[in-house]
Amino acid sequence: MIGILSYLVFFTTIASILAIAVLGLNLQWGNTGLFNGGVVAFFGAGAYGTLLLGGTSQTDHIGGLELFYPIALLGGMIIAGSLAWVVGILTLRLRHDYLAISTFGVAVAFENLMRNAQWLAGGAKGLRGFERPLRETLGDGFLYNLSFLIIVLIILLGVYWFLEILVRSPFGRLLRAIREDEHAARSLGKNPAKIRLTAFVGGSIIMGLAGGLYGTFYAFVSPQDILPMLTFQIWAMLIVGGAGNNKGAIFGAFLIWAAWTSSGWLLSRFAPIEAQLYTGAVQYVLIGLVIVTMLLWRPQGLFPERLVISQPGQS
Amino acid sequence: MIQHLLDGILFGSILSLGAAGLTMVMHILRFANFSHAELLSIGAYTALVFDQIFKATMPFFSAQVGSLSITWALFLAMAFSLFLTGVSAILFDYLVFRRIREKGDELSMVFASFGLALIIRNLIGLIFGLNTQLYSKDIVFATILSRDPLIALKPDQLVTLLITLLIILVIHFVLSRTTFGYSLRAVGENPELAQVNGINLRTTILLVWFIGGGLAALAGVFYGLNNQITPMIGSDLVLPVFAATIVGGIGSIYGALFGGFIVGIAANIALIILPSGYSPSVPFLIIIAVLLIRPNGLFGESRT
Repeated sequence: MIGILSYLVFFTTIASILAIAVLGLNLQWGNTGLFNGGVVAFFGAGAYGTLLLGGTSQTDHIGGLELFYPIALLGGMIIAGSLAWVVGILTLRLRHDYLAISTFGVAVAFENLMRNAQWLAGGAKGLRGFERPLRETLGDGFLYNLSFLIIVLIILLGVYWFLEILVRSPFGRLLRAIREDEHAARSLGKNPAKIRLTAFVGGSIIMGLAGGLYGTFYAFVSPQDILPMLTFQIWAMLIVGGAGNNKGAIFGAFLIWAAWTSSGWLLSRFAPIEAQLYTGAVQYVLIGLVIVTMLLWRPQGLFPERLVISQPGQS
Repeated sequence: MIQHLLDGILFGSILSLGAAGLTMVMHILRFANFSHAELLSIGAYTALVFDQIFKATMPFFSAQVGSLSITWALFLAMAFSLFLTGVSAILFDYLVFRRIREKGDELSMVFASFGLALIIRNLIGLIFGLNTQLYSKDIVFATILSRDPLIALKPDQLVTLLITLLIILVIHFVLSRTTFGYSLRAVGENPELAQVNGINLRTTILLVWFIGGGLAALAGVFYGLNNQITPMIGSDLVLPVFAATIVGGIGSIYGALFGGFIVGIAANIALIILPSGYSPSVPFLIIIAVLLIRPNGLFGESRT
């Protein structure tokens, strides 16, 4: 019984962390129409940033500043946001292909840098030496994981609440205006490039927050955690849930994560031994199929965007 | 240094073929097709299958051409691969991209292309296995052109380069002398106006996919010939090929051909300074450099 319960806690923690990242992507893609092909770079920047700032000092690489945890997490978010700012400022004035390609490129380069630069973050063997906050009071067991889950859920609800208010505000209306018709927005004296940059950096900071929590949960991050597959999973979550709908984004995160973990479990349990090497490929094909069939069959997702009328006319 | 330059030109010629097809699609359909590099994989594996069929059924084709490791069977297989990869590019358009295009959602095409790439890459892995394969297990010795500095060139590499240059010449004549060349430019600039003037948009799009697929097939075979064939060809080459289109300016075919060589040479020269582990990052650095210096590329025009 405690086994099932602790697995549920573990599952919900990871799904909630991913849901935060999906909410960040929803701000970029769902609300503003910005294509981010390198979600994992911003997620990874948050994870590496948090662990480097909050970890204990290591002999073989930089970091280990042992900052107070919330400050380290904030630092990770700032690093993710700065990375997004650099990519955004270079590409958001150009046609949308450039953003897609550059974000994809930044993810490749980030993973490559983390894998090779031993002096920076431990290289391929990953980043160790991080003490989970409050470990002395809560221990390492079930109690810690449960408390961590509650914190993650509170943060998830906080991000959701923040984005819901944002979407309904004049700023949210502006984002949709730019997504739908950039020229019309410009004719009203708005600056689409600047607004896009704000949304792109904002979404990436949220992804960085998710990454920071992910790194904290495992107290470890390595290049294996920031493979391109994570980007695809986060997208599948948003597309299935419904781009533009924050509730849908959270629902999609839980649904896809459940499908992913259960398909992985089934394949490892029932696939013949000689085929075990290929179970990953089967799962990747499934994620690809989910993305493509959703776009063909129901591009608005299971929970379509509800168009809000911000200022109902007086009649 | 000279050896790096030579290797760079060779790698660049492969990227040129890939980038020319990709930029054509981006020119008229206006989306970044992340599944284009998978067409290189399809081309490489299709040629591998036909090569083995021809060698088994027609032994007299197994003879090597001159001092190359390329057999007559592989040349024939290349022609089949070119055709079938072109057809599969059309098929992907029919199954996925056309349907999304008709819904009028340009941006979703980028998404779909990512999903499609994931499906193709892993299906290839499931069908052919994840291990690397070669067209020929014979070792072809490189001809040493100079001992100090050491410069070596394989006959295969020379043939690859010559065929590529020949194809670039053909592309040039097609673009500048044929009706298709003109209609391609017209559709890219203004699809509605082009149709008013009697250009069949549907036929142009089909031809672009077919040519793009065919060029990708050749690039894939040449890559497989000079390196090795793995299901990861697509994921390894997608960024360099995109970097080539950005260097040339998205939508410019001459730019892409030129950009391919620049990226190929830069990627090899960079290895003199950087440890080889960093080579996957080099295309990204090139993209950033282009965006800083000349955002619309060498031959591109600004267009949103």
